[in-house]
Amino acid sequence: MSSLNIVLIPLLPLAVFLLLGLFGRKYLSKFAGVIATFSVAVAAFLSLSTAYSYFFITGKTEGVYQKLEVMKFTWLQFAPNISIDMGMLIDPISVMMLVVVTFVSLMVHVFSLGYMKGEARYATYYAYLGLFTFSMLGLVLSTNIFQIYMFWELVGVSSFLLIGYYFEKPSAVAASKKAFIVTRFADLGFLIGILILGFNAETLDFGTLIQRLTDPTSTYLQGSVASSFLGISSLTWGLVMVFLGGAGKSAMFPFHIWLPDAMEGPTPVSALIHAATMVVAGVYLVARLFPVFSFDVAALDVVTYVGAFSAILAAVIACTQTDIKRVLAYSTMSQIGYMMFSLGVSRYGGEHGLGYMASMFHLFTHAFFKSLLFLGAGAVIHMVHSNEMSDMGGLRKSMPITHITFLIACLAIAGVPPFAGFFSKEEILLAAFHSNKLIYVLALFTSGLTAFYMFRLYFSIFWSKETQHTTDAHHDEHDHGEGTLSMKIPLIILGICAISSGFVPIASWITSDGLPLETHIDMAFSVAPVALGLGGILLALFLYKKANPRPDTIATSMGGFYRAAHRKFYMDELYLFITKKIIIKLVGRPAAWIDKNIVDGFMNFIAAVTALFSELIKGLQSGKLQQYAAYYFAGVLCFVLLFIYLWH
Amino acid sequence: MSNLTILILIPLITALTVLFAKTTAQIRWISLIGSVIQLAVAALLMKAYYAERAAGNTAQMLFEYRCNWFTPLNIEYYVGIDGISLVMIMMTAFVVVAGILISWKVETLTKEFFFLLLMLSMGAYGFFISLDLFTLFFFLEVAVIPKFLLIGIWGSGKKEYSAMKLALMLMGGSALVMVGILATYFNSDTGNGAHTFDLLKIAAQQIPYNAQLFIFPLLFVGFGVFTALFPFHTWVPDGHSSAPTAGSMFLAGISMKLGGYGCLRVATYLMPQAAEHYSGIIVLLATIAIVYGAFATLMQKDLKYINAYSSVSHCGFILLGIGMMTKTALIGAVMQMVSHGVMTALFFGAIGMIYERTHTREVEKLGGLLKTIPFLATIYIISGLCSLGLPGLSGFVSEMTIFMGAWQRPDAYHRIATILSCASIVVTAVYILRAAGKAMMGPITNEHYLHLEDATWNEKIASVVLTLGILAIGIAPFWLINLIEPDTQLIMNGIARGITGN
Repeated sequence: MSSLNIVLIPLLPLAVFLLLGLFGRKYLSKFAGVIATFSVAVAAFLSLSTAYSYFFITGKTEGVYQKLEVMKFTWLQFAPNISIDMGMLIDPISVMMLVVVTFVSLMVHVFSLGYMKGEARYATYYAYLGLFTFSMLGLVLSTNIFQIYMFWELVGVSSFLLIGYYFEKPSAVAASKKAFIVTRFADLGFLIGILILGFNAETLDFGTLIQRLTDPTSTYLQGSVASSFLGISSLTWGLVMVFLGGAGKSAMFPFHIWLPDAMEGPTPVSALIHAATMVVAGVYLVARLFPVFSFDVAALDVVTYVGAFSAILAAVIACTQTDIKRVLAYSTMSQIGYMMFSLGVSRYGGEHGLGYMASMFHLFTHAFFKSLLFLGAGAVIHMVHSNEMSDMGGLRKSMPITHITFLIACLAIAGVPPFAGFFSKEEILLAAFHSNKLIYVLALFTSGLTAFYMFRLYFSIFWSKETQHTTDAHHDEHDHGEGTLSMKIPLIILGICAISSGFVPIASWITSDGLPLETHIDMAFSVAPVALGLGGILLALFLYKKANPRPDTIATSMGGFYRAAHRKFYMDELYLFITKKIIIKLVGRPAAWIDKNIVDGFMNFIAAVTALFSELIKGLQSGKLQQYAAYYFAGVLCFVLLFIYLWH
Repeated sequence: MSNLTILILIPLITALTVLFAKTTAQIRWISLIGSVIQLAVAALLMKAYYAERAAGNTAQMLFEYRCNWFTPLNIEYYVGIDGISLVMIMMTAFVVVAGILISWKVETLTKEFFFLLLMLSMGAYGFFISLDLFTLFFFLEVAVIPKFLLIGIWGSGKKEYSAMKLALMLMGGSALVMVGILATYFNSDTGNGAHTFDLLKIAAQQIPYNAQLFIFPLLFVGFGVFTALFPFHTWVPDGHSSAPTAGSMFLAGISMKLGGYGCLRVATYLMPQAAEHYSGIIVLLATIAIVYGAFATLMQKDLKYINAYSSVSHCGFILLGIGMMTKTALIGAVMQMVSHGVMTALFFGAIGMIYERTHTREVEKLGGLLKTIPFLATIYIISGLCSLGLPGLSGFVSEMTIFMGAWQRPDAYHRIATILSCASIVVTAVYILRAAGKAMMGPITNEHYLHLEDATWNEKIASVVLTLGILAIGIAPFWLINLIEPDTQLIMNGIARGITGN
């Protein structure tokens, strides 16, 4: 594991961004995809080799995985003890993320070769992908809490650019703006959290910060627990604020509203950014600071309840959506909710750290099956030119590969053994069971819902009514069939991962304290979740396998609740109300009015008074000699009278 | 002849040569060559400065030169630079080159236009190198007067009103500065009862506390008018929106920084105790400017008004940095001056270039420019991203430095001010993305836009030069910090000494 290799991993995508961003449009538009894919492939290879050497050769010292820092230098010195240091942190979670990010990015790059073919801004697309991959890699490798914030923002802007890729569509522009602004608002919390934590620990460096804030004897920790605001210690404030930023990026309630709209971006982008990598940044952030979180039960409780609530809320909404990408978006939100509360119920060290391990495990498996689902959805959309379920149906014959891989991914997310999702979800449920029964019940119920809405999606796309697409396809010159080979290969590879990634021994690599954790699947424990999952699948089978009126009847009988869920519980309306009505009408407009009429009015008033005064006295300088003579004599007379008065 | 005087002479000679030029092409090229030479000189100066510092020269000001101008009143021509002035000079040189390139197509009264631009820049250079209060004031005035003419003659919209408003308000500010400088002069003491305008000597001898309390507001408000101190900012929106493109660039990029520099170098440096005394009010006014400026921007419909109001908000950060009275915040204030100077020049440049093509700046009427004029639209978006504080671009670095410095004040008052200012960056994102989303992205609103011509070579060079400036600060802020850190330390020493009272 040489440091050069590690440095190259983020720099390769950056080089692609610069190359294609500057010259892509004019000179390289044909080769853009190949260049970008090749460099990401190299980065993925380097990541895998890094992971191999870290986990098997160099990472362990006395049985504990160490944190290594590569290439660290001071970038910005704020004050003698506070600086932003740029560097690369190599530890189990960052290495795992390196692999996930570069691998999924590679799959998306390959898929896009076919999917985005013929786009006018093909090179720009790959340039943006490069920027995103670079920023995401920078984020996971950050050694400093401010460094992570910087890459955090860069990830946000690349997401903005990619969601708004079809910038001529007003809906895409609106979605990209919404995503940026909502996450930006959450990032404000992150920034304030950084300020609080950074000043409490008098450092911004992750290692030092964690060390200072987890040592019970340190004055830093005592200080941050002792100082409080509104009865809550400043440590809790700092952590909750940081979590706020994470909740924004990871689309946790109430910041989730941007994620469904973000589906306006090209579908491979959704697979990369809004399924596998960027949206888990919040989970990663909490995991990165986990030792500190584990010292603060109040902050962990916030993480737990926000995560669990988001998981179930999103699952309910997902059952009612008809746009396939939106279903997947809500499902992503729900799964990230799992990862969040899994971290929340966890504690530090040994058996108590099961939740931490489970969360990272789920992050790992989820990346594969969720990006597979998105790419599969992309292939479907590519073929039927619609996102709506009602336009699909019966596609299993015309798209065999997509069908099989999509089914694998659905089984994986539904938690059916032996697919990947089963293992990771099992660990999460186990962790929740041992720590918080309420959360366990919620999670169990959500996993049933998950199976239901995923198979609702699956049956609606591939079974249900036999639409005319299969027959008309040959007459439609825009039709691409199932897509090119470059679109099928990533599906197959990810399908294999969705089956196999559950067998990766994450537990022996990634734990809260760096020591391997013994885990086992308890058959008795697995009965409930698997049964619920199968129940969900059967219900979906019953309702959606063939076109029938049952779903509509049920929807009608649920009445207001269904409508509310279908309208996403009116969160978008609330968002619009806050931005349009409150911020713009109640604050912006008065501010502009005051500025124009009162502040500027005052300046104009001064000017007007001056002008009026000069108007009044300008008659004195008329230029008429007789008048001046009269003033002169009047003046003389006044003086004469004055002197007489004084000397008489 | 000191080598700093060359910074004044080059623009002066260029301006005079322009007067004798025969053709429009000559005028343009002479101005461009002059400003490029100036940029090269500034770069050489920076190199020499580094060399001097590396050689261990710890004098506060380098390359000093002084000669008597009017002995009875001890008025001197006294120049010298430290790191802070150096970065301001560099920033000015960049903006001037870009401004001249962007004004390439000015057809009416070309000679006079370039002459005034160059004179304005000369005033700014002179201001930044002056160490004598009288000389400093002289150059401040030199930098004000051309603006009146630039807006009044080459402006657009209600230009007479705007020009008058700007000139009167800035003159009002200068009048306060003048009174403040005279009061400082009469409170100074060189030892034998004589007074001095020498900045360093005044700083060393300390003005009596009661006098400081009286003089500081005069100087701070006077300079504050230049840098859009609330509530004296109302010249900014009208002035900028009426000014010709290069005028806006110079106005926002350079002129507003004269005020910030003055607040720091003259008001705060000479009267540290009073600065500390009034710092609560400064923080209050700065926070109002930041937050209220940002919200007022939300309602603007004209690209230039958006940027002008956003400048009010961003310049508020400079004052906030000064008002926080911590070293980190002061460094941030200086960085914000440089960063905002380059960024806003690029922003106004982009708006001007777009306006020249579309003949409208109404956000609602524009649309889809990213498709038709991708280069210019990209430049607009880059400056927008810089304005909303994207890491890797200059705005992020300076704002974060200010926040970091501000957070060092642990009391509730400063904390609330800091959090409110932090919150303004969300509002900034809203208004920038609203404008960019409507005007640059979205469907093309006017068929005429389909046939627009993208940037010409001169416009491209200008944009690239400024973009590189933004990137240089944003990616490698350490060189900037290394330059200004020792000198902010000196100002902080003054403040600390003032507070402890010895």
